[in-house]
Amino acid sequence: MKPLAALGRWVLAALARLGAAVLFLLRALGGSVRVLPRFSLVLEQLYCLGVLTMLITVVSGLFVGMVLGLQGYYQLVNFSAESSLGLVVALFLVRELGPVLSALLFAGRAGSALTGEIGLMKATEQLSAMEMMAVDPIVRIIGPRLLAGVLAMPLLAAMFSAVGVLGGYLIGHGQFGVDAGVYWSSMQNGVELFADVLNGIIKSVVFGFVITWVALFEGYHATPTSEGVSRATTRTVVTSSLAILGGDYILTALMFGGW
Amino acid sequence: MPAPELFADPIVEAKDVHFSFAQQSIYRGLNLLIPRGKVTVIMGASGCGKSTFLSLLGGRLQPSSGQVLFDGQSVAALSNNQLFAMRRKMGMLFQSSALLTDLSVFENVAFPLREQTDLPEALIRILVLLKLEMVGLRGARAVMPGELSGGMQRRVALARAIALDPKMVLYDEPFVGLDPISMGVIVKLIRELNDALGLTSIVVTHDVVEGRAIADYLYLLGGGKVIGQGTADEISRSTLPEVRQFMNGLPDGPVEYHYPATEYRRDLGLTPERAAR
Repeated sequence: MKPLAALGRWVLAALARLGAAVLFLLRALGGSVRVLPRFSLVLEQLYCLGVLTMLITVVSGLFVGMVLGLQGYYQLVNFSAESSLGLVVALFLVRELGPVLSALLFAGRAGSALTGEIGLMKATEQLSAMEMMAVDPIVRIIGPRLLAGVLAMPLLAAMFSAVGVLGGYLIGHGQFGVDAGVYWSSMQNGVELFADVLNGIIKSVVFGFVITWVALFEGYHATPTSEGVSRATTRTVVTSSLAILGGDYILTALMFGGW
Repeated sequence: MPAPELFADPIVEAKDVHFSFAQQSIYRGLNLLIPRGKVTVIMGASGCGKSTFLSLLGGRLQPSSGQVLFDGQSVAALSNNQLFAMRRKMGMLFQSSALLTDLSVFENVAFPLREQTDLPEALIRILVLLKLEMVGLRGARAVMPGELSGGMQRRVALARAIALDPKMVLYDEPFVGLDPISMGVIVKLIRELNDALGLTSIVVTHDVVEGRAIADYLYLLGGGKVIGQGTADEISRSTLPEVRQFMNGLPDGPVEYHYPATEYRRDLGLTPERAAR
């Protein structure tokens, strides 16, 4: 009976944590609405979460695009279809790799930083001090960060995809001599604005929302010790990465599966 | 018994407060009155729930039963908006200073003013400089908190706590981890600010010397209740063993040195026969 009881306890604890996360989200959404009149606070966070994540996103996007150019060319040239290289690179990036990889990078760079920051603010009583100054940390701290995360993610994904397409072009045209006009026009003809680009943007908005939610929840509920903050940061990266990959499957099935 | 005139109009009252945390009983019927306009020191051994009282008073925790009243209103019964309105009348100095590490000294003191008022920037500047001058750190306005010593950080936190001219300031272990000079400065500041600004101060500490030096009235907590109260002299003259043990720092007395444990010899695996040998 002991393993069964342990399983029961684990399930109950997981459900309780999920419930707490949903309740926290409701409060955070309320905080986001209330902080809207002070949009400068959101802009500050947009800088911390978005601008500071740009470098890693752009460099990664360039390399991923270059690898796609290489791999795509090697396969397509077997069928004399190298003229489709632009289309292949763009579709891969806009539909999947752009939103997913930039979200994984965002979780690692910005998500962990958010959890660490909020967790340490809690451990050093900064959140309690705000409460005692009659300032609601949900509005002053959590709200702007949630909004900034949701806004930053699609912008970063777009940059990742754009730079990736450029990387593919550098390899396809620069190294293998694929005609520049063919590279760009195949992309222009084959990539649909709504079916491909918009769906990719929707994915990245969802990922941005989930990552920021997880990161803020973990930070806000971290045990206020160095070990507790460290564990919370790890949980943020693990949980949000799994959520991105699992969520990507569900979203892809919904968007491209003809549902 | 407390002097009646001191408690004619108490600012804070705890009535039969019971409170438990993580299945551990912290308060078992706490009753105390905080006189208005005075410095009241709450002392007790580490872990006896001194700081918990400040959390109950600030509405960050709620008692299991009983009431904590601020200006006659039960803190636990207040709505969120009322609670925030009440907190605007309180300043609090945290043990860790709790300064916002991404803001300069000036911005830390300006923080409550910017959040709670619509004052023009020029006035905020004057108010912040006034508060910083009171704690002797006007010259450090541009410095980041991490660049200051622990004592100076606490002074900045004190300037921030009084930024909105509160009626009452709560001090959570203000003397912990300070060198003798910084400690002297904080003791002097608490007394001067209390008298000059007409505040009520509640100081939670386990430092007997500083606590006695600063207190107009003193409570000693133990076992979840008040075990001694009075002026510093009255407490010093107390013959109660719990009070004498704490005030004189005696290792042996009613407060046990050992954490509750099973019998020592049995814990070491010694059977009665082996122990007898």
